[in-house]
Amino acid sequence: MIAIIDYGMGNLRSVAKGFEKMGIDAQVTDNPKVVDDSPGIVLPGVGAFSDAMNNLRKLGLDEAVHRAVKKGKPFLGICLGLQLLFESSEEWGTSEGLGVFPGRVRKLPPGLKVPHMGWNTIKVQNPCPLFLEMPENAAFYFVHSYYVEPAEPALSACTTDYGIEFTSVAARDNVFGIQFHPEKSSALGLRILQKFGGLVEKC
Amino acid sequence: MKRIIPCLDVTGGRVVKGTNFVNLHDAGDPVELAAFYDREGADELIFLDITASHEGRKTVLDMVRRTAEEVFIPYTVGGGIGTLEDIRAMLTAGADKVSMNTAAVKNPLLITKASARFGSQCIVVAIDARSTEPGKWEVYIHGGRTPTGIDAVWWASEVERLGAGEIMLTSMDRDGTLDGYDIPLTRAISRAVHIPVIASGGVGNLDHIAQGLTAGEADAALAASIFHFGTYSIAETKQYLSQHNVPVRI
Repeated sequence: MIAIIDYGMGNLRSVAKGFEKMGIDAQVTDNPKVVDDSPGIVLPGVGAFSDAMNNLRKLGLDEAVHRAVKKGKPFLGICLGLQLLFESSEEWGTSEGLGVFPGRVRKLPPGLKVPHMGWNTIKVQNPCPLFLEMPENAAFYFVHSYYVEPAEPALSACTTDYGIEFTSVAARDNVFGIQFHPEKSSALGLRILQKFGGLVEKC
Repeated sequence: MKRIIPCLDVTGGRVVKGTNFVNLHDAGDPVELAAFYDREGADELIFLDITASHEGRKTVLDMVRRTAEEVFIPYTVGGGIGTLEDIRAMLTAGADKVSMNTAAVKNPLLITKASARFGSQCIVVAIDARSTEPGKWEVYIHGGRTPTGIDAVWWASEVERLGAGEIMLTSMDRDGTLDGYDIPLTRAISRAVHIPVIASGGVGNLDHIAQGLTAGEADAALAASIFHFGTYSIAETKQYLSQHNVPVRI
C-alpha cells in the first residue's frame, strides 16, 4: 500500500481519493515506520517551506524519506512535496530542504501574477515513465508562488511556460516531483497517479 | 489559460434548479452533476450554498466531502461562510477554496486572517455590484438585497490588499438576464487588481463568455443556466473560445 505522508501541510484528502478512484491502495500516515514498510511514497503538501521542513523533522519523516529514496522505492512529491526535495529555498531568507535533488527553490519573478494559479501545459524535456502516452498540449492545474531550479539539466523532465520557463516535473530514477496537482487535473492528472501506482506494483 | 467555471446553486444538499441531462441518474445531486462537469472539461466548479439553517450547513459539509471522492478539478464553496472555523471545516472536507461575500464586507479583517492561516490562494471574495451611474458600481450584500454605499472598484483593490487570492464578480444588473456580462464593470475591476477575476452574471450565449474574457479582461468565466439547461456544453464552449483565439484547456 502506498503511503501518503501527512505532516500537517494542507489537505491530503484529494490525493488519497485520487488514488482510490484509480483502484490503487493508499493510506495517509504520519508514522515513519509505516513509510518504511510501504513500497511507494507520496509527499504532497501546500504552505510554507520552512514550516514543512520543521514538521517533517519533528515527526522523523525526513529520515524516512531519505531511507525510501535510498532503497529506490518509487517516490512522488507533489507541489510543496517537489520543492522540499531540493537543497534550499529562498522563502523567508534561506531554508534548507531535503537535498535529494541538487538545486534550489526560487520565488516567481515580480511582474507575473503570483501565485501562478490555473491550468497550464507542460513540455516533456526528458522521457519520464509517468508521462508516457500523454497527449500533446495536455494541461494541468497549478497553484504555486515558488518554482524549482535544478542544478543539473537532466533532472528537468518537463518544463512549463509562465512568463518564465520553469521545471514543472523533476525526475531521476524512481524519484519524481511534480509542481502541479495531478489530483486536481481531471482525467489526465489521475492517469499520472495511476502510472505511479503501476511503478510501485512493478517494484 | 482562461477558465470556464459552472456554478451550482445548492440548498439542503440539492441543486436548486433541476437540470435535464438524460445521462444523470439524479440530476438534483450536486456531486453527480459536478462529476459530470469534470468529465465534460470544466476547469473548476463553484458551489453556492443558499441554505440558511444550521442543519443545512451540515448537509453541505457532507456534500463537499462526497465531492472529493468523485471530482478531480478544483472546487470552491461559498455561501454563509463567516468564521475561520467555517473555512477550516470546508477546506478539511475537501474544498480547494472558499468564497465570502457579506462576511468580508462586515468583517474585512477576516480576509486577512483567513489568507494568513490558509493561504491567499484559497480565499475568494465574491463581490455583488450594481450600477449607480455610468462608470460607478455599488457593492451589495445579503444575496444582493442590501446596498452598502461601498464603491465596487475600490472594494476590489481593498480585498486584494487585505489578502484575497481571487475575486468573483457578479453584476446584479445582468444576473439572470442572459444579456451578457457587464463588460465595463468587469474590465474596471480586472484593471484595478492583480489577482484573478471571475466574471459572473448574465451569460446567455458563447459570445458573452468570449467578451467577458477578452473585452472584460477577466481570467475566468462563470455561468450557470446555459450549462445546466444544456444550451451549450462545456466542450462546445471551449471549442468556440479556442476558435476565437481565447486560450483554454481543450
